[in-house]
Amino acid sequence: MQRRIYLDNASTTKIHPEVLKTYESLLEKYYANSESLYDEGAEISRMMEKARAAIAGLLGIQSDEVIFTGGSSESNSAAIKGVCLAVPEKKHIVTTSIEHSSIMNACLQMRDLFGYEITFLPVNSEGRVSVEDAIRAIRPDTALVSIMHVNNEVGSVNPINEIGEYVKKHSHAYMHSDLTQALGKTDVDLQYIDLASVSAHKLEGLKGSGLLIRKRHVPMVPLINGGEQEYGYRGGTSNAPANMVFAKTLRLALERRKNEPEIRAMRDALRTKLAEIEGIEFNSPADAVACLLNFSYEKIPSEVMQNALNRKGFLVSARSTCESKSLNPSYVLQAMGFSETRASSCIRVSLSDENTMEEVMAFADAVKEIIQNYG
Amino acid sequence: MAEYDTVLIRYGELSTKGKNRKDFITRLFRNVKAMTADIEGLEYTKTYDRIYIKLNGADADVMRERLSKVFGISSFSFTEKIGNDIETICACCLELAKSSGKETFKIISKRHDKSYPMRSDEINRAAASVILKNTDLKVDVHEPQLPIRVEVHRDCAYVTSEKIPGAGGYPAGINGKVLLLLSGGIDSPVAAYELMKRGLQVEAIHYASPPYTSENAKQKVLTLASMVSEYQGQMHVHLINFTDLQLAIYKTAGDPYAVTLMRRMMYRLAEMTAEKYGCLAIATGESIGQVASQTLESIACINSVISIPVLRPLICMDKVEIIDLARKIGTYETSILPFEDCCTIFDPKNPVTKPTIRKSEYYEAAFDYQTLLQQAMDAMETVRVEPQKETEEFL
Repeated sequence: MQRRIYLDNASTTKIHPEVLKTYESLLEKYYANSESLYDEGAEISRMMEKARAAIAGLLGIQSDEVIFTGGSSESNSAAIKGVCLAVPEKKHIVTTSIEHSSIMNACLQMRDLFGYEITFLPVNSEGRVSVEDAIRAIRPDTALVSIMHVNNEVGSVNPINEIGEYVKKHSHAYMHSDLTQALGKTDVDLQYIDLASVSAHKLEGLKGSGLLIRKRHVPMVPLINGGEQEYGYRGGTSNAPANMVFAKTLRLALERRKNEPEIRAMRDALRTKLAEIEGIEFNSPADAVACLLNFSYEKIPSEVMQNALNRKGFLVSARSTCESKSLNPSYVLQAMGFSETRASSCIRVSLSDENTMEEVMAFADAVKEIIQNYG
Repeated sequence: MAEYDTVLIRYGELSTKGKNRKDFITRLFRNVKAMTADIEGLEYTKTYDRIYIKLNGADADVMRERLSKVFGISSFSFTEKIGNDIETICACCLELAKSSGKETFKIISKRHDKSYPMRSDEINRAAASVILKNTDLKVDVHEPQLPIRVEVHRDCAYVTSEKIPGAGGYPAGINGKVLLLLSGGIDSPVAAYELMKRGLQVEAIHYASPPYTSENAKQKVLTLASMVSEYQGQMHVHLINFTDLQLAIYKTAGDPYAVTLMRRMMYRLAEMTAEKYGCLAIATGESIGQVASQTLESIACINSVISIPVLRPLICMDKVEIIDLARKIGTYETSILPFEDCCTIFDPKNPVTKPTIRKSEYYEAAFDYQTLLQQAMDAMETVRVEPQKETEEFL
């Protein structure tokens, strides 16, 4: 059996053993509906509220600002559509040209179905929006500003605090940020953020489990209608065991930040070693989050490189995994000003603290060998 | 009739073949058994003109689906095996008529045992009068809504109504073995079906160029092979790593002739493989004029490198007809999955449509393809696929 080395933690992560253990026991025992009035239902409801409070505590917000969802794509869609539809007199959204498809497509839908104007902020060659551009884009009729904290393809970090501060102090727009790739990877401060999206499965938690942070003052209509679950903002029987275990998932993920120096050391060593290969260009900026490295070798398209790496036992992505079945070049890299060839030959390596220096070096050797054979 | 307990299988085309009849029946019997091997409790009986399968509680719908895919069967019916006394026969016919919900009927009886005391016509009348007396059904001898067939044997009788058409053709494998070039496209799985229908046993050869083609593309081919293997029970797929040959071709010949040379190499490898595994012909899903490599000039130029016969069952079919057949046999949706087209590196911009043998040979003289062919043969992998059954543990 070939050794398989997982270097695709930005796509999703292996479930943490403690999370799995807790989830299994919760799933088996707590099957009742959290809305039921009998003791079993009430107990589940209490446990879920404890989890909600713990999550709020970890993020420095109030309990009722935590809405459990089915993941970041849902949270992003719910935030964009839910807030815009709640302030119908404003028809303008500011976002960036490098957002995840769930933001991008939600905005395009608002434009095409309801006539919204969308400003897609440009990014520089380091994949970052500028505070000045954001400030200039905000208008009196701007309903929402949505800017991802950390980009999923290149790992660039956006100045969301500065932008958020301006939005809060000088406009009536609401500030949303997609934190999917940021939480557990960089310092997150929700002081100037009105809404935020989080996924459990990027944090060694469960697939199909996420959060929408919504500060109390933010008007929003629900995307999914139903009963009074989640303060009426997300209908449907609660996924109680998944929601309960989110608290532990988040706590462990934040604790793991102590391992960041080792991850950074692996990433930097990989960058140094790959830099020795002629023709390799780095798409991630030098100050990207520690776990991520995106590079291109223009003579080998992403898919071919991925196939070749797969045969050698290395699991990596090219662009966003949500876009992996599409044949188009990465729009993120194109927005950064890179050529179509470069945007069609990118490889994204994303590490976790389970990876070792030896694995990372073996990966660099494999890339070198593939380039020798097929470059 | 309370419940069908037997399937009665009639042979089609092979009834007309006198000389090899026994081989045909033996092969069909074997194929029917193989196709239903995983169903528990079945009892098989073979007579000179019928196969009977006692169901013993097996699911009739599953049997129907399986048998409709066995080539060599002209039709089959679900039936009940009963005693051959006239009272039992009449009672059984009556029950069938009562539960049918139809308005007109006709009794069609046949004596396999000619020593039976009543003639066919007398059995018809006896059974019909019981139905007429006890129900509102009327007789219609020309276009009955409910034809009731009675077969009387020495020790039993079978009563049946619905006659289900079979797949026709010859029992798979009776006419020898061919090697089919199987790509992930729409055409070659249809070609496999057509070949099997004429009683040929199909083995497949597939050329992959990792890393330019992905593991997904290979899995797709194996899925397609598994789908068409339903018609012959299993299939051997020979997998050839074509990368080195392909790279060498592109290095020496460049764009316009690349596809021609590639096909010539594929044919050579197919011939070598056919010889190794005892296939008497190779087969392709080519259809005349469809792409650059399927013009008559191309086919002539490509075919000239081998001497083994090449069967092309789809050669004169329209794309629309091929797609219809692909839909019918259920391979279309899988064939159009995009993996194959993901890599455009080897997609020639201007393939030559009228290649010549002279030029092809000129390019081929520039590199040692014999060694590369032999290396590809040595590295060949063979996989045996079977029809997919939903046995995944998580389902």
